[in-house]
Amino acid sequence: MGYPHPSHPRETVILSRHFGDAEARSLTLWMKRGGYQALEKALGMSRDQVIEEVKASLVRGRGGAGFPAGVKWGFMPKQKTKPHYLCVNADEGEPGTFKDRELLRWTPHALIEGSAICAYAIQAEQVFIYVRGEFTEPIRVLQAALDEAYARGLLGPNVLGRGVRIDMTIHRGAGAYICGEETALMNSIEGKRGNPRIKPPFPAAAGLWGCPTTINNVETLCAVPHILLRGAGWYKGLSLSNPKSTGTKLFSVCGAIANPGNYEVTMGFPLKDLLYDLAGGIRGGRTLKAVQPGGSSVPFITAEEADATILDYEGCAAMGTQLGSGGMIVYDDATDIVYQVMRLAQFYAHESCAQCTQCREGTAWTTKILQRMLRGEGRMEDLDLLFDLGEQMTGKTICVLSDSCAAAVVSAIRKFRPDFEAYIRSGRAVPA
Amino acid sequence: MSDLVTLTIDGREVQVPPGTMVLEAAKLAGVLVPHYCYHPSLPVAGVCRMCLVEVAGSAKLAAACATPVAPGMAVSVSGAQAKAARQGVLEFLLINHPLDCPVCDQAGECELQDYTFQEGRSGTRYGSFAKRYNPVEDFGPDVLYVPNRCILCTRCVRFMEHVAEAPVLNVSERGDRAYIGIDAGHKLEHPWSGNVVDLCPVGSLISKDFLHKARAWDLDKTASVCTGCTQGCSVTLETRDNMVVRVRPRPNPEVNRHFICDRGRLDYHWMNRSDRIETPLVRKDGRLAAVSWEEALGQMADLLRSAKAPWVGLVSPGVSSEALEGAARLLALGKGTGAFRVPQGEEAPLAGVPDLALRADRAPNVQGAEAAGFDRDWPGAVARTRSAGLVVVLGEALDGVEAPAAGVPVLYIGTALPEAARGAAVVLPCASVAEEEGSFVNLRGRRQPYYQAKAAPGMARPAAWILEEVLAMLGAGAGVAA
Repeated sequence: MGYPHPSHPRETVILSRHFGDAEARSLTLWMKRGGYQALEKALGMSRDQVIEEVKASLVRGRGGAGFPAGVKWGFMPKQKTKPHYLCVNADEGEPGTFKDRELLRWTPHALIEGSAICAYAIQAEQVFIYVRGEFTEPIRVLQAALDEAYARGLLGPNVLGRGVRIDMTIHRGAGAYICGEETALMNSIEGKRGNPRIKPPFPAAAGLWGCPTTINNVETLCAVPHILLRGAGWYKGLSLSNPKSTGTKLFSVCGAIANPGNYEVTMGFPLKDLLYDLAGGIRGGRTLKAVQPGGSSVPFITAEEADATILDYEGCAAMGTQLGSGGMIVYDDATDIVYQVMRLAQFYAHESCAQCTQCREGTAWTTKILQRMLRGEGRMEDLDLLFDLGEQMTGKTICVLSDSCAAAVVSAIRKFRPDFEAYIRSGRAVPA
Repeated sequence: MSDLVTLTIDGREVQVPPGTMVLEAAKLAGVLVPHYCYHPSLPVAGVCRMCLVEVAGSAKLAAACATPVAPGMAVSVSGAQAKAARQGVLEFLLINHPLDCPVCDQAGECELQDYTFQEGRSGTRYGSFAKRYNPVEDFGPDVLYVPNRCILCTRCVRFMEHVAEAPVLNVSERGDRAYIGIDAGHKLEHPWSGNVVDLCPVGSLISKDFLHKARAWDLDKTASVCTGCTQGCSVTLETRDNMVVRVRPRPNPEVNRHFICDRGRLDYHWMNRSDRIETPLVRKDGRLAAVSWEEALGQMADLLRSAKAPWVGLVSPGVSSEALEGAARLLALGKGTGAFRVPQGEEAPLAGVPDLALRADRAPNVQGAEAAGFDRDWPGAVARTRSAGLVVVLGEALDGVEAPAAGVPVLYIGTALPEAARGAAVVLPCASVAEEEGSFVNLRGRRQPYYQAKAAPGMARPAAWILEEVLAMLGAGAGVAA
């Protein structure tokens, strides 16, 4: 699991402030650290006021898509004719990402509080926290926190004596990456096979059991109590760059890095500084080759591009990649990029839900071509074929799993073509 | 008409009700958007991604099956992007396909074959990779699953889950390992499960009954009505070399949508029976002798003129309304009436479609027989044959019926000659439902025509024709001897 590092002076520790502080897990000691004041405050506000505050903070979905959370809440019907639901997406399955795991492990009450505020705002009486099944320790911690919250009247039929009902239930995933996709997640909670659904209808119109539903990532919800307590203006101020990217973001830095772990920085932080200043530089004193800044699903960027990247939604987009979930995978100059790309493709081929033709067949075919290349049997035409398959796998399916596979493969070939050509010519990786 | 939405599809303007999906609107515009998983009688899945079309002003292609129309929408099905996407899907579907069309029952009516010929690539880029292989599975009494040909459109899964409401099929495994699974300990034994064979757009779910019987292009197809029960499902009789080899549902939104039950599907072998009466027979010197129609009809007219009233009819609810009406008019000449009996079975509804069931009354024309004036008092009619002046039998096999007393002449009109009818004075061979034109009236009073699918054997004629000939010979208003 890895223990957290002491926070670096250049970090802006808000969500990760209590990482490593085991006392923060207990309700009493969490309240001593300021816990549940925001919920108290929210229940004193109107539902619309809460939504407006979150809207004004411009906090965007931290699961990867970056959709403004307040806007999403605002899509929920004001007139409640059916039950409303909140689903917390704690199915963190994106390779390279491990921020939600730490949030669940160390600050379960932050999630419970943020979820309760959201549930109140969107008139949901039932919250499902869909946790990745492999997260055995975080599930234990979260369940203990839920039990305490119920015992203290922070959850249940009469939250804080304000006549609001909020129930929270943990739903354990069974090991499918695709269940982190919000509509597949809802199918999974309903007891169905975790296949993404066609949109529209969007979850706010017809989600869980056909009822209006909001799905938010753990990190997004953990930020909500801070926004309510300190105000949207304060949150908006946490930005070093583009005014549309606000607040702090946890980056899970992993791979060929000296000090892997979660780092919380303000939006707009330079990627270079995160790698070299905060995370101790490239492991073993080697040099950087490539980075996937937002998890395995986003396009690769080269070392030069990484040096110029600003870590916010727009900054990553400017480099042709995405901020994604903040799972930053670092590759050094000893990396066999062809092998790495094959492993990613193999992951997507394994996790494809098999609904859409392009994804089901495309991810597997892509993997086979790359494996053949690694065996020394590649052909130059394979590169064009991979581009072509990438084109077919992009923007044509129900969800973006096949797009993610294609993005990694296509960007790797574009940026590291000599590595692929070397394999095709000599059957071996380029010497580092 | 102001509440219709106007849009263009490949430049053709079409008006459709709001909420219509682009794929259906395109059909009305005369444009077929190639598709696999979409089926008008199943919930939309949107998974094959074959029906991706270009919508002006939208960067991404849209799945025509799941995209509702919008006013002024301009859709392109034949555009280069849409075509490239379809070609991509076809290529993906074929990389693991065994290409065993020469031995596949679906060849000739296979949508994978059709669209590939239409716009697929001529060669493969898959190269030397081994294709996915899974053995053939026995899914039930009449269904085999050939997973290698499966394109995972999930029509079968959705039919069993949402229409039959007996969800025994599923998608098992993930990625390119996925296949259609059947729940452990279950078979496709639902009385409507055979529809999955028709729904399958490729040769993955196939009928054991039809297995290797005929190539699709050798079949002649004739519109008909199922004879299995009073539901009156529209069907197609498919014949090859004057034999019915397959019965399939014919879409009829009012009666059976796109479905028929397994009984209706498989109960056609009697149409090919070979022990048929092929010539008219009349009694000469105590024995039935083959004669011409002219002679047979003449003898019959003579017999009718001399027979005393009352006459009794024993008719079948499995013959056409035209024949039943003729028989009723004939019986009226002898102040007679008649009755019919209906084989009974257990009612088997198709849960997802209102008012569609395999009915307990297992005959196609019960309403037609009642409309013609026949009743269900079968024992009464049989009892009356003992004292009748004449007995007319139409299409009834007379199982379990004792031959009438000696001296009561019997006119027998049927396809085969049962033991009980061997004492008949005149036996006239008639065509079966597959060999004539006629109509049945279903339980909701719909009179539905059926057409001739194959030639009748020998000199057999439609029963309605026979009865009309006799009535004509007797002349209108003909009376009977007192």
